[in-house]
Order: sequence, then C-alpha cells, then structure tokens
Amino acid sequence: MSTKVIHALYNDDDILMDAVKETRKAHHHIEEVYTPFPVHGLDKAMGLAPTRLAIASFMYGAVGLAVATWMMNFIMIQDWPQDIGGKPSFSYIENMPAFVPIMFELTVFFAAHLMVITFYMRSKLWPFKQAENPDVRTTDDHFLMEVTVNNNEEELTSFLKNTGAVEIKVVEKH
Amino acid sequence: MTTRLYLDMYTFSSKLKIVSFVLMAVGLLGIGYGFFDAPKTTEQVEKILEAKHHGHDAHADAHHSKAEGHDHAAHEAEHQEHLEHVLHQLQNKPWAAVYVSALFFMLISLGVLAFYAIQNVAQAGWSPILFRVMQGITAYLPVGSVIFFILLVLSAFHFNHLFVWMDADLINPESPKFDKLIANKSGYLNEYAWLIRAAIFLIGWNLYRYFSRRNCLAQDEASDNTFFKKNFNISAGFLVFFIVTESIMSWDWIMSVDPHWFSTLFGWYVFASFFVSGITVIALTTLYLKSRGYLEHVNTSHIHDLAKFMFGISIFWTYLWFSQFMLIWYSNIPEEVTYFITRIEQYNLPFFGMLAMNFIFPFLILINTDFKRITWILVMAGIVILFGHYIDFFNMIMPATVGDQWFIGAAELGALAFFLGLFIFVVFSALTKSPLVPKRNPFIEESKHFHY
Repeated sequence: MSTKVIHALYNDDDILMDAVKETRKAHHHIEEVYTPFPVHGLDKAMGLAPTRLAIASFMYGAVGLAVATWMMNFIMIQDWPQDIGGKPSFSYIENMPAFVPIMFELTVFFAAHLMVITFYMRSKLWPFKQAENPDVRTTDDHFLMEVTVNNNEEELTSFLKNTGAVEIKVVEKH
Repeated sequence: MTTRLYLDMYTFSSKLKIVSFVLMAVGLLGIGYGFFDAPKTTEQVEKILEAKHHGHDAHADAHHSKAEGHDHAAHEAEHQEHLEHVLHQLQNKPWAAVYVSALFFMLISLGVLAFYAIQNVAQAGWSPILFRVMQGITAYLPVGSVIFFILLVLSAFHFNHLFVWMDADLINPESPKFDKLIANKSGYLNEYAWLIRAAIFLIGWNLYRYFSRRNCLAQDEASDNTFFKKNFNISAGFLVFFIVTESIMSWDWIMSVDPHWFSTLFGWYVFASFFVSGITVIALTTLYLKSRGYLEHVNTSHIHDLAKFMFGISIFWTYLWFSQFMLIWYSNIPEEVTYFITRIEQYNLPFFGMLAMNFIFPFLILINTDFKRITWILVMAGIVILFGHYIDFFNMIMPATVGDQWFIGAAELGALAFFLGLFIFVVFSALTKSPLVPKRNPFIEESKHFHY
C-alpha cells in the first residue's frame, strides 16, 4: 500500500523551524525533515525523543575501562610480570598509577568508536547505502519537510504554502 | 495563577545577614580558642604527647628503656629537639588553619575574576546576564587581599613559622642548620622580594577588578560601546598578567612551605583548583539568587553551562593532579616523592578523600545532561566540590607546617566559619549595590534569550 506525502521545500533554516512548529501545532504529522546541515533545536521542535546515545556511550566507556584493566593486569602482572623503574611489586593495585593513561585512553577509544558505530547503525548508514533523501537539493541549500496526507491534500498544500515553503510536491510513497 | 514580580535590585535578606554574622562570631571564637589552646612551652608539649601515647601504644616506655642503655644526656638533647619541633608544629597549627582559609576564599574570588575576564575577552554571548553576580563575588577580592597580605607580613616578621625558609640560620653558612638548597634559592626566596611580589600581584588583580567593575557600571549609562571596548582591552591585559602572576603566586604562597620540593606544573594545578571552586560559587550564588526571586532572565541553559564548566574543570583539575602525581610517583626521586609519601602516610583520609570529592563524585553525578539542570543536584555537587578543594588546599599547606600533628580542631573549623561568614557578608552586600542586569552590555539581549 502506498501513502501520499507532501514534500515542502524551504530555503532558510529559520523559516523551516517556524514551519515545523506551526505544522505540529496544526496537528499534521511530520514524517521526516531533510536538511543540508544540522539545524539547532530541530529535534526538539519536531518532538523527537531525546537521544539515548549518551547512555550507550557511557556504557561503552565502562567496557573500555574494564578491558584496559583486564588487559594490563594480564600483560604486566600475570602473564609476564615486569620490573619497570624498580617497581616490581607484581600487584595491580600498587602499580595502578602507571596504568591510568592506558585505562583512560581505552575508555575514550571504546566510548568514541562504538558511539560512532552505534550512531551509524541507528541512522541506518552503512557502506554502499543508497541515499534516502527525496530531493538532491537537500544536500545543497534546501530544506525539505515530509508531511503525511490524510485525505486533506488541498488543505495541507495551502497550509504549507503559508508557512513559507518555496515549493510543494505531492508524492506517492512506497 | 500568580505572577511573579522580579526585582532588579537585590536586598540582602536579614536572615542571611544573621547567618553570616553568626559564622563570623563563631569563627572568631574558634580561631581565638585555637591560638589559646596551642602549647606555649615544651613541657606542655611533653604532656600532650604523653597523653597521646598512653592512649595508643607503649612508644614512650620503649623510649625510656632505650635511654637507660645509652648516653642519657645525648638522648635528652634529642628528645628536647623533638619536643621543640612538635611545639613549633602545634604553634603553627592555628596560623596554618587561618592561612588555608584566608587563601582559599581569596582565591575563589580571584578564580571568578579570571572567569569573568575570560567571558569579556571571548565576548561570550551567554554570560553577560551573570556579570553582576560575578562582580559581587569578586568584591571579596580587596577584603581578602588585605587580610591575606597582613598574614604574609606577620609570617615575614616571624610571628609564625609557616615558611621554614625564613629561618635566617638556614642561609647562614656558619650555622649548623645551614641548608645549601635553600641558601641557593635565597636570591629569589627572601622575605622582602617575597612581600614585594605579593604586593604587586594583589594590587594588580585588584586594579583590574576595580576598573572593570567601574567600566561595566558606566556602560549602563553610556550611549555607545566605549566602556565595553575598554573592558575588552583591560580584560585581555589582565589575563596575561594573571597567568604569569598566578603561577608565581602558587610558588610563593603555597609551594614554598615545602622549600626543597618543586613541581613545574604546580601553578596550573593550583589554578584549576580555585578556578573550579570559583565557577561553583558562581553557580551556587546564581541558584540562590534565582530561588529568592531575582535574575528573571537566567534560565536552565545558563545553569547548564555553568554546570558543564564545573564538570569540565573538575576533570581538568584531576588531569593536572594526576600528571603531577604520576611522574613523581614513577620516577621515585627522594626529594620529590617525599611530598606524596608524607601525604599518603600522615594525611591518608584527606588525601584520598579529596580525590573522591573532586573527581569521582562530580564525574559520576555531573556527567548526566539532565542532572546539570536540577537545582538540588547542583547544590549538592557544588558543596562537595567546594569542600573537596578546601581539603586540597589543606593538604597543600598543612603537611609542611603542622606535619603529623594535624587534626580538625577549633582553629580549622573556626577559620572556615569565619572566612565563609565574611565571604557571604561581603559578596551579598556588594550584590545590593548595583542592578543585577548590566542593561547596556551589547550582548545582553543574546544572553537573555540564550537557549541551549
């Protein structure tokens, strides 16, 4: 089954922001907004749920810290105990200050890389992925708002025209 | 629905005024008792030590039985020397307690002054709404500077023995106490040069504070942005002056209590400590004023930004603290590592406690975005951060001046209470003197509508 949507194009992010707010106020459903750059505050205006990426990142960091601790303990204390700078205490806790830089770096490494990968996965971005944006101009200087039509094509078109759209297209979405 | 009336002028509530007076009075009593309680003679010290030893172990007995076999007179001389050493430590204790507190609160206002200067130079759009709050806090700087300079003068004229390098015997080659390391430093580290440097630093900081405040008030009435531009210029100049003098200040007033020890990043580490304390005080003062119905335009985004600074500079402090610690711990050079060994052995709880308070606690509680906007969490985190950095300063001064004779007594609590009371009184009195919003700052509209 296909649904009808309206693509409203804007050429200014401020106008777009106002349009998003008005559209939501009028209880029309915004499917998606395509922009050439991140528009500050757009997620809030669209009413999107806050991201949980930070929580994931914190957990990745904790994993990195655990991996670093386990790794340094295995390498430096258990598998091949080493005497560096006269510190042959063979105890993890007594040598801990020397391992802090590694613990810190791996925490950051895990948090950063896994967070980016998670972000790509959540955004459905992977290698050889086909672009989803319906209009190439949204990669240049136009902003596109996709609004669902519920047997109110006429009304919605005139409504969106009033929000400052520079172009309005009705499309069948598959 | 009730409409809230926001006032532009702050009135010092009588309740808070009473709190500040009570703190000052209690503090003075505590400090007075601390000085009164300090032993005056070695006999008193002997009694104190005996009372302590009986409670713990048979150390004193072992001392005596050992003496019977050896030359009694030599042992007696050694014992006398030890008593004299402890006497000096215990006599130093109330001085050191007052010194820590006087220094800490003065540096809080200096940290706020540096933060304020940075906002001016960066021409930050979010912060001008908080400029008058910052100026209120820096109003403590002149008061704190005078008290602190008096303390320095008293130290230089041997009213106390906080600074061991001031002992003339140490730089006299004829004396048995001659210390070559200190003698080599005496061209820099002598009482007069030290006092002159202190005077230059304190006057320089206070001049900037005076003129930047005056320009900010004049800008309110001006018809153009001349005073704003003037403030930009003097703020940039101040920051250059500040970062040099701050470093030297930390060597002179803090590092020199351990004159054999040195650390090249000490200045940064001290800076991070009082900078984060200053930002925390801005946040707490802002939250207090907001809760009393002032600062209409300060929204959660402003608070959020301050909390981000509290979080970030706490991490920055930890980074510097650890960089200093790890290199010294790793290289294990006797004259360097003794600094941390005395602290870990004799100051174990405050040493590791302040690490938990200054790093682990703010890290875990302020890492959450939502928590950075919640008043009670910020107040709690702020109080922990301030206490943590107070203990940090305590750990910087006490081991060299009081040594293993430290305890939290009347002088320590009294000094904290007195300077806290004075700080509250001076800051909130200053806040009443001008409107809380710098109305003609060119960025004020942006600041009012700042939304993150």
